[in-house]
Amino acid sequence: MDTATPSKNDSAKPVQELEQVIIRFAGDSGDGMQLTGDQFTRTTALMGNDIATFPDFPAEIRAPAGTLPGVSAFQLRFSSFDIHTPGDAPDVLVAMNPAALKAHIGELKKDGVLLLNTASFKANDLKKAKYENDPREDGSLAGFRVIEVDLEARTKEALANSALDNRSKMRCKNMYALGILYWMFHRDMEPTMKAIAAKFAKKPDVVDANLAAMKAGHAYAETTEIFQSAYRVPAAKMRPGTYRNIMGNQGLCLGLVAASKRAGLPLFLGSYPITPASDILHQLSSYKHHGVVTFQAEDEIAAVASAIGASYSGKLGITSTSGPGMALKAEAIGLAVMAELPLVILNVQRAGPSTGMPTKTQQADLLQAMYGRNGESPVCVLAASMPSDAFETAYEAVRIAVKYMIPVIVLSDGYIANGSEPWLLPDVDALPAIDVQFAPETSADTKFMPYERNQETLARPWARPGTKGLVHRIGGLEKRDVTGNIDYAPENHQHMIDTRQQKVQNIAKDLPPTETIGERAGDLLVLGWGSTRGAITASVQKLQADGHKVSAAFLRYLNPLPNDLEDLMRGFKKVVLPEMNKGQLAMMLRSRYLIDVVSYSQVNGQPFKSHDVLAYLEQTLAAMKEGN
Amino acid sequence: MTTADRPPLTKKDFKTDQEVRWCPGCGDYSILNSVQSAFAKLGKQLHETVVISGIGCSSRFPYYMETFGFHTIHGRAPAIATGVKVSNPALDVWVVTGDGDAMSIGGNHLIHALRRNVGLRILMFNNRIYGLTKGQYSPTSPQGKVTKSSPLGSIDQPFAPLALALGASSTFVARSIDIMGPHLEGTVMKADEHDGTAFVEIYQNCNIFNDGAFKGFTDKEVRSERVMELQHGEPLLFGANKDKGIRFDAGFRPEIVTGDELGTAYVWDETAESIAPAMALATMNEAEFPVPIGVFRRAAKPRFEAGINDQVATAQQNKQESLRDLLYSGEVWTVD
Ligand code: SF4
Repeated sequence: MDTATPSKNDSAKPVQELEQVIIRFAGDSGDGMQLTGDQFTRTTALMGNDIATFPDFPAEIRAPAGTLPGVSAFQLRFSSFDIHTPGDAPDVLVAMNPAALKAHIGELKKDGVLLLNTASFKANDLKKAKYENDPREDGSLAGFRVIEVDLEARTKEALANSALDNRSKMRCKNMYALGILYWMFHRDMEPTMKAIAAKFAKKPDVVDANLAAMKAGHAYAETTEIFQSAYRVPAAKMRPGTYRNIMGNQGLCLGLVAASKRAGLPLFLGSYPITPASDILHQLSSYKHHGVVTFQAEDEIAAVASAIGASYSGKLGITSTSGPGMALKAEAIGLAVMAELPLVILNVQRAGPSTGMPTKTQQADLLQAMYGRNGESPVCVLAASMPSDAFETAYEAVRIAVKYMIPVIVLSDGYIANGSEPWLLPDVDALPAIDVQFAPETSADTKFMPYERNQETLARPWARPGTKGLVHRIGGLEKRDVTGNIDYAPENHQHMIDTRQQKVQNIAKDLPPTETIGERAGDLLVLGWGSTRGAITASVQKLQADGHKVSAAFLRYLNPLPNDLEDLMRGFKKVVLPEMNKGQLAMMLRSRYLIDVVSYSQVNGQPFKSHDVLAYLEQTLAAMKEGN
Repeated sequence: MTTADRPPLTKKDFKTDQEVRWCPGCGDYSILNSVQSAFAKLGKQLHETVVISGIGCSSRFPYYMETFGFHTIHGRAPAIATGVKVSNPALDVWVVTGDGDAMSIGGNHLIHALRRNVGLRILMFNNRIYGLTKGQYSPTSPQGKVTKSSPLGSIDQPFAPLALALGASSTFVARSIDIMGPHLEGTVMKADEHDGTAFVEIYQNCNIFNDGAFKGFTDKEVRSERVMELQHGEPLLFGANKDKGIRFDAGFRPEIVTGDELGTAYVWDETAESIAPAMALATMNEAEFPVPIGVFRRAAKPRFEAGINDQVATAQQNKQESLRDLLYSGEVWTVD
């Protein structure tokens, strides 16, 4: 650790340089932890660090204050090098109350900094958190660098001149804590000052109070003796370009709007509120000026049905949901398969089964996406793997849906949806073209053939109602190829079943080669899809640095699978597949290729920790070496 | 309505080359005939018209209409049609459904389409039975109905479909009967004129599984005594000589009036602000009172698809943003 020059805010204390820091803010859901974390994130991104975040929401909107179920947390990791996950154990834990302490202290690193808000360590607070003794006094916090600050008293002092009532003043205590951390980690207060001013533009008293609290926290850290030094994490060496911070749901929305614009197809979203996908509905409803129509339907079925109606009319029909909603949409997705209409279905997966744990993450809806419909009902399935990957995945989903006249399911998950990271913004002009051709008007005496296919893609024509000469009937009944007339003949049904399958398979010809981290052959291939990417990348890079012949590959395309996947897997002695389910993709790959893909499964509602993945892979390598 | 670009069409032009596959004698045939005839009279063009259905005998309808047609899934036609109408308000969108499709599995979509006032014309063929699945009681079957799934009689209370529609704030509520061709045709034409969701219940005889369900009032011999045609601005009268009328007491209970009291018959106003009179007619006991047909309610309210598209148009006028500006919005930073 080098001692760097003092910071530009003329700190009198020394500044130490670190490569990375992991901070976790934990408090009551009413303590503003998500907002505090978000501000730290934005500031840090603007300062050029690589950053990854993980908000961990409580299940209840407002659990009783001070209780364990009410604890809300936000973890962020920032660094001077390329990172892939929000990290495992935090270096710094901010605990706003005993419940937050109890819920998170177990993960704080040894020697880690623990910032405690002593204002909420009264007997009653301890009782609510089910502490029998005050943890500050029973020795259980030995081994951490504990910093005790009475955030309420300090904030009150700082806001002595504010016109706000006491309750509103107390809402600024998170800003006091943020001020302390900004000093500790040498962050610029300017972006937060701007953000707060913009957020509460109509309430100048609130702006003043928040800023005063933050500055007071900063000054407190600067002057008190409890902090020996501040730290600095220099900017990361990132690829040149323009960045913004992005969360997964945002990325999906932007990808859809971009595709809608490039395709010249106005976007129609039919959606029903559901955690953790609702933000897609919220965000797209704010893009009306981009021609986006959002329809908050009466239920999940109406949401997808209206989107099918929109696609049938020549719009870009989209629906967004999470697992339980997918179950309800299944029949309608089957209709889109049968009617051969483009449709994009976003499933932001959450922990199931049933209602499960709506605010927790999982990737256990893969087989549902693949097979969760009656009959042989193949659709294209894609998966986003990081917040910064969501844009491209959504864009690609639209491209495929309209090119092949097919429903495309995009799998994301709660971890991607709410996590954030810097996103290298694309060159808008270089986005792939999305070519849409509607069936043209014809004279009345030619009979329109709604299932006359494009020979290359097998797509049928997109015939919009309102177009002269194109009247035709479609529906969920089996139909004769070309004419679209109802037809139950055995050879026709076989032909249509095969054709719908082939149409999905044809997409594989269109796909880019599967990229790998590392060589395309070696001892161990670690495959991943979805949000396990960060943990896998970190582990594999570590193993590679240690000299192991390990590579990683991530699958965006789950149906069809890339044509080069089989050869890639056969180039390795062993293939391991970590998944936040009971081995769903592993099962698909084993049955399809008869390759002994080993499933590494974790289904606990939390993302993989990279040290767990690393430990598992190390064990695997060790066992391979011993010849097991 | 017709111009060189929009030539007049005949009823025949609306027929398809598909063989009609309802049971011989089914009430659906006469409905198809009346609708085709109404469409021709209305000057409709084939390509501007979309017929969307769910599942059931009635939902085969689109295959027999030489227009755009979408035979979808059970109960969901109003939701799919909403997506169509919102996406292209210029289209003339018709939903054809049945009592099982609309009132049972699709009940939710129906009430929400009605409350939103989406510009759809919904024709619900009510045969008070499940026909396609071969004869189970439906949500409109009378209590006690003996069917394959209710050998001891159904226990369910039936819906009064028009009361349901009125309760869901439907802006156009009407009823007609399969075998009353001219009345049905006229009702379809009135539904077409309405600006907003039009809900039409059509009593339809299923001669295979529920033959004669409406015989008690539709038979020629009794019809004039048992069916009351609503006329806007006219008193509620019925009987071969229009010598009986309906009035309401203070609690909106219907009463039959005759003789000297005929002048006190209620003067029908289909545009009345209160839904109470229409509700009273929609829930009138069929055995005791005549069966009203015609327009129960017609109200002016903004159309959903207009509202939703206006918001988009206004937003587009008020804010122009390039795709690049959208993506590069918020806090961005550059790495050299
Ligand atoms: S079962 Fe009844 S409703 Fe269905 S087609 Fe036959 S007669 Fe008509």
